[in-house]
Amino acid sequence: MESLDATNTIVQQEVGTKAHHISDPHQHKDAVGAKIGMWLFLFTELLLFGGLFLLYMAYRLQYTKDFVIGGQELNIILGTVNTIILLTSSLTMALSIAAIQRGKKDLSIIFLVSTILMGLAFLVIKYFEWTAKFSHGIAPNSPELLSKPNGEIVFYGMYFSMTGLHALHVLIGIVVLSFMLVFLLRNKITKEDYIKLENSGLYWHLVDLIWIFLFPLFYLIH
Amino acid sequence: MANGTLAATLENYLEYKSKKGIFAWILSTDHKRIGILYLVAMVTFFWVGVTLGFLMKLEMLTPGKTIVDAQTYNTFFTLHGVIMIFLFIIPGIPAVFGNFFLPIQIGARDVAFPRLNLLSWYLYIIGGLFAIISLFLQGGPIDTGWTFYVPYSIRTTTNVILPLLGAFILGFSSILTGLNFITTVHRLRAPGMTFFRMPLFVWALYATAWIQVVATPVVGITIVLVIIERLLHVGIFDPALGGDPLLFQHLFWIYSHPAVYIMILPAMGVVSEIIPTFAKRTIFGYKVIAFSSLAIALIGYFVWAHHMFTSGMSDTSRMVFSLLTFLVAVPSGVKVFNWVATLYKGSIELRAPLIYVMMFIFLFSIGGLTGLVLGSLATDIHVTDTYFVVAHFHYVMFGGTAVILFAALHYWFPKMFGKMYNEKLAIWATPLIFIGFNMLYFTMFILGYLGMPRRYWSYLPEYQTLHIISTVGSWILVAGLMLMFGNLIYSLFKGKPAEANPWGGVTLEWQVPSPPPVENFEEIPVVNHGPYDFSTINENKDGKS
Repeated sequence: MESLDATNTIVQQEVGTKAHHISDPHQHKDAVGAKIGMWLFLFTELLLFGGLFLLYMAYRLQYTKDFVIGGQELNIILGTVNTIILLTSSLTMALSIAAIQRGKKDLSIIFLVSTILMGLAFLVIKYFEWTAKFSHGIAPNSPELLSKPNGEIVFYGMYFSMTGLHALHVLIGIVVLSFMLVFLLRNKITKEDYIKLENSGLYWHLVDLIWIFLFPLFYLIH
Repeated sequence: MANGTLAATLENYLEYKSKKGIFAWILSTDHKRIGILYLVAMVTFFWVGVTLGFLMKLEMLTPGKTIVDAQTYNTFFTLHGVIMIFLFIIPGIPAVFGNFFLPIQIGARDVAFPRLNLLSWYLYIIGGLFAIISLFLQGGPIDTGWTFYVPYSIRTTTNVILPLLGAFILGFSSILTGLNFITTVHRLRAPGMTFFRMPLFVWALYATAWIQVVATPVVGITIVLVIIERLLHVGIFDPALGGDPLLFQHLFWIYSHPAVYIMILPAMGVVSEIIPTFAKRTIFGYKVIAFSSLAIALIGYFVWAHHMFTSGMSDTSRMVFSLLTFLVAVPSGVKVFNWVATLYKGSIELRAPLIYVMMFIFLFSIGGLTGLVLGSLATDIHVTDTYFVVAHFHYVMFGGTAVILFAALHYWFPKMFGKMYNEKLAIWATPLIFIGFNMLYFTMFILGYLGMPRRYWSYLPEYQTLHIISTVGSWILVAGLMLMFGNLIYSLFKGKPAEANPWGGVTLEWQVPSPPPVENFEEIPVVNHGPYDFSTINENKDGKS
C-alpha cells in the first residue's frame, strides 16, 4: 500500500511540474525506480552464479566420490570464520542504513567502516586459504593437481572459479562501499536521500547470500 | 510558469546545444540522441557484416578456392556471425527504436536511468572494438564460429579471449538496457497510460527486456569460464581434465536461444505498430498480442536444447524439448493471424513501411515453418548442420528482424529526422531486396536438403548450379540494400520537411512535433483511450473542422 501511494505522489509531481529541470532536462530522482533497477541487477547476479551452481550440481552427480574427497581437504575452520565475518558484516551494513534513516551520521559512518573492514578481513583469510593450497601444489594446471583423478581436478576447478568470482564480488562491494563512505562524509547521503547507501547494502547482502550457499557446498557436505 | 525557460527545452532535440561539438552527442543522456548514436554504430557494423557475407558467397561461386583460402573463410563466417548477431540484431531494434520511442510512446520525458543508458552505449562500442581489434593481433582472427564451442575454442591458437571479452561486455550493455526499460515501463508511464493502453511495441520491448535480464547473465558466466579455461586450465569445460563440453552447450543455448526472441520480439512489436497505422483500423486482438509476447518470452526460455538434438542427449529430453519447441510456435502463429485479420477490411494505404511488413510476414512465415522441420527429431537428423539451418535462420533473422528494422527506419524516419524520404525509391528497393533475398536463401534450403553441410569452404561439383544462383542472389540483395540506404542517407540531407504526423498514426509519438523537442512533451499528456483508437481521433478532427 505504502509503495503504491508513493507511486501516485510521484506521478502527480511529474504532472504538476512542467519542463522544470532546465540544467539537465533528462535527470530526475525516483528512489522507488532506483530500487527496482537494483533488484533487477541483483537478479542478474543470481543468474550469473546460477550457471555455476548448475555446473556444480552436474559435476557433483558425475564425480560424487571425488567431490567428497575434495571437500574434506578444505580448511573448515577458516571457512567458518569467514562465514561468521561475512554474516556480521551484513548486520553492520543494515545497521549503517538504519542509522542514517534516523539521521545519525556518525553512527552510520562507524557501521559502514566496520563493514568495509570485515570485507577486507574476509579477503585476507581467503588469500591465506588459497596460498596454503598453492603451497601444497594444488593450483590450476599444476603437476600435483593433474596427477589426481579427473573428478578432483574438476572439484578444484569449480572451487577456484566459484570462490574466486565471489571474492571478486567482495572486492567490488568494498570499492562501492568506500565510495558510499565518501558520499556520507560529504553529506551526499542524508536522512532524506539515502537510496545509494540502501542499494549498496542490497548488493552487499547478495554477496553474503552467495557465500551462504558456497560454504556448505564446498566445506560441509561430505 | 516561466515561458522563457520552457521554450529552451521545447527546441527540437537535433538542434538543442548543451555541450560543444561532438560532445553534445557522445555525452548526451537524451534517449533520442542515444538512439541515434546506436543507429549510426549499428548501420556501420551492419555493412561490415554484409561485406563479409558478400565475400563468403563470392568464395562459394566455385568449388575449391575462388578468392580466399579455407582458414580465411573460417574467420569470415565467425566474424560475420559475431558482428551480425552481437552487434546488429540483438541490440538492433530495442537500442535504436526502443530508446527513441519507448519513452515517447508511454508519455515520459526520458528512460528511468538516462546516464546508465549512455553507459550502455559506451559498453556496446567497447565490446565492438574488442571484437575488431582482435582481427589485427598476432594469432589471427577467431575461427570458432559464433557459438564458441568447446573444446575447439580452448585449443585453437587464434585470438579467442578478446572477442569473448567483447561478447561479455556487449551482454552487460544488453542487460543494462533491459533493466532500464523494465523500470521505465513500471515507473514513468503518463497518467492514464495503464498497461493495457500501452502500444504493442512497448509490450514487445517489455517482454524483450525481461529476456535480456533473465537470460544474458547465463552466457556471461559461460564466456567467463571459457576465458578462465584458456588462461588457467581449470578443467571445467576441458574433456581431457574431466570437464563436459555438453554442459557448455547447455549453458550457451540457455542464453542463445532466448536471444533469438530478443531479436524477433521487438520486430513483432514494430509490425503491430505499422499495420494499424496503414490499415487505419485498431489492431485485431490487442490483449492476445500483448500476452503472446509474454508467452514467447516465457516458453522461449525452455526450448534451448533443440540446438543439441544430435549432440547425444537422452531420448526423453530430446522429446520434451521437441514438444516445447512446437509449443513456442503457437504464440508466433497467433500474432501472424492477428496481423492479417487487422488488415482485413481496413482502408489500406500501401506505403513503403507496410510493404516491408508484408515482406516480413511472407519471409517470416517460411522461416517459422521450416523451423518446425528442424524442431521435429526425425527430420532434424537429416538436415542438421546443413545449409537448411543456414537458410532457416536467415529467413527468421534477416527476413524477420532486419526487414522490420528497415520498415521501422522508414516508418519513423520522418519523426526522427524531421525529413521525408523518397517514397518511389523506397518502394523500388523492395522488389530488389525480395528477389535477391529469396534467390540467395531459398536455394540454401534446397542445397541443405540435398546434403550441403554448413561452414564448408569447398563442395562437390553437383552443388555448383545452386551455389551460383545463390551468389547471384546476394548481388541483387546488396544492390537493393544500397538503393534503400542510399535513399535514406540522401533524404537525410535533401528530404522535404516532414509534418508531425505524416502517416495519420494515433500513438503518442505522432502527437509531438517532428523531430521531437528535447523534453518530448510540453506537458505530460493524460491518456484516456487505447493505443490504436482511430475513432476518437477522427471524431476530434470532425469536431474541430
